[in-house]
Amino acid sequence: MTGADGVVTLDRVTKTYDGRVTALDDVSLTVADGDLVAVVGASGSGKSTLLHLMGTLDRPTSGTVRVAGQRVDTLGDRALSVLRAQRIGFVFQQSHLADRQTAVRNVETGLLYAGVPRRRREALALEALDTVGLAHRAGHLPHQLSGGERQRVGIARALVTSPAVVLADEPTGALDSVTGAAVVDLFRTLNATGVAIVVITHDQEVAAALPRRVTLRDGHVVSDVTTSPGDDLAGGLPRQVTTSPGDYLGGRGVGRG
Amino acid sequence: MRISVRDLVRIAVGGVTARLTRAALSVLGIAIGVATLVAVTGIPASGQQALLEELSRLGTDLLEVTARPAQGDDVATFPAESVAMAERVGPVTGVSAVANTQASVRRSDVAGESSGVGVAVLAARDDLLGVIDGELAHGRYLDAALDRFPTVVLGSEAARWLGLTRLPDAGPAPQVLIGDRWFAVVGILEPARLVPAIDQSALVGWPAAESYLGFDGRPSVLYVTAQEDAIEDVREVLPATVHPELAGLVSVSRPSDALLAKRQTETTFSGLFVGLAGVALLVGGIGVANTMIVSVLERRGEIGLRRSLGATRGHVRAQFLTEAVLLSGAGGLVGVVLGTAGTVGYALWRGWPVVLPPAAVALGLAGAVAVGVVAGLYPAVRAARLPPTEALATA
Repeated sequence: MTGADGVVTLDRVTKTYDGRVTALDDVSLTVADGDLVAVVGASGSGKSTLLHLMGTLDRPTSGTVRVAGQRVDTLGDRALSVLRAQRIGFVFQQSHLADRQTAVRNVETGLLYAGVPRRRREALALEALDTVGLAHRAGHLPHQLSGGERQRVGIARALVTSPAVVLADEPTGALDSVTGAAVVDLFRTLNATGVAIVVITHDQEVAAALPRRVTLRDGHVVSDVTTSPGDDLAGGLPRQVTTSPGDYLGGRGVGRG
Repeated sequence: MRISVRDLVRIAVGGVTARLTRAALSVLGIAIGVATLVAVTGIPASGQQALLEELSRLGTDLLEVTARPAQGDDVATFPAESVAMAERVGPVTGVSAVANTQASVRRSDVAGESSGVGVAVLAARDDLLGVIDGELAHGRYLDAALDRFPTVVLGSEAARWLGLTRLPDAGPAPQVLIGDRWFAVVGILEPARLVPAIDQSALVGWPAAESYLGFDGRPSVLYVTAQEDAIEDVREVLPATVHPELAGLVSVSRPSDALLAKRQTETTFSGLFVGLAGVALLVGGIGVANTMIVSVLERRGEIGLRRSLGATRGHVRAQFLTEAVLLSGAGGLVGVVLGTAGTVGYALWRGWPVVLPPAAVALGLAGAVAVGVVAGLYPAVRAARLPPTEALATA
């Protein structure tokens, strides 16, 4: 279904705001089926813009974006919404849960716009909660859950439609390091079941724990490094990527586009 | 992707109830407008119904015949035989008469004590009460045994002005001074619904007025009852019948019509009140619009989330529009309940039957919903137009 191009493909994408500020400049990037990608970069490097374009929440100024094989620029609001509802799952820094709804009802919200009949939603939501290890918290309200648990509910909401790709924007940004590490572990587990995941983060530790790391600076991809599954994550990667913030190793990345 | 109405309403209920105090205040604004609308139509309708019931009880077969004074005369009177003439008209079922004696009445001969100013001393025929459908509150009415003696029956207001609201059960009857002669008060009347002039009168017997007050026996007002279906015909012929020479000066009125007209102006709230209800509804609508605009500003994060979950602009617009209609619709329901309670309370207090015009209730509810749609449109369109990235960025 996703075609040979991958789940999300950006081809020479430029995004300019108000005709002056260039957030992304001629970026080409492919997220393949089963990828687990960290997008790192300083504030203003274009990370969020990249995520918005991949998630069809915004349109490029030039270049093409394909999601699940479809060219996004030709689609209208309805078709884009269907794409978001069925093929893309979003996870945000703030979990954006409805305060007065239980965990399972919050997860069901993920199915609301995907055309899933009401009677089937609860079973799917419980299944998604089970996947993130929160089956026992299904009946709890958000204020009865810890920060990490709330974020897991948000992840379950993103997963409940069985999307082709999950886009996570600073998913650990509001969590302490231990809880954040647990969330990263969860992404790795989920990725092992086949779903492609893109994690935007400014946290080098989080990035280091993921097999592929795309580094952005000033709207350009300056590195794209993949560690093969057999590599020692702790030893092999930091040498290449996690240097001082300004010392990006442009040109040494493994081009995938 | 379509979402069901049930889902839409469920989301909207969630959105509205999450901010309960604010929602309640918006509901209250609409409720006041609708309650006003229901009450200003329900209360007059109840009064109207009460009046119709009262009129059907009192009957509408009574005619009052009066005359303007002829040139050179101070007072207008009918010929003494006018009563007998009127009785000869076929459909006429009863005729009675009173005559103003121009005498004054006082409670005592001590100056300054309870005044009878404003009380008309009327010579009244013994059959007056039957013809005008009057009732006694105390004592007895004039009859053949009393009407030649100095006795008087007081109308309800006249009795109050003279300080005689009831008669002693035993002992001598109270006396009032009419002209220069003492008259015994033998009875007090209930208010005469159709002929309020009687309320402000002191009634003395026809022969007694002739004996003691220099009355010439010429009636000044005739009361005629006739078969209902012939009442207009009777009305036509009466002037020439009772006053053949000066028929042009005679006017015949139907007291039930006068009562109806008077009460209608009393109980029909003018368009002003309906306008007031409209203004209240408008202000309520502005309240709903304001609540929704604030809600859209506060819930940008939620809007962004829903867009990321696949909500179209249409879904977002429908959600906020539904919330506005929910607020105003709830206001409409509460308003109907309040307006009904107000109408029932007022009607019970006045002893009226309760009438709630279904049109007013329907209009109130429909108006509330319409106000909700109009008030919700702008905030809903704004919410829908919010770019998802912007909504998420400000969350």
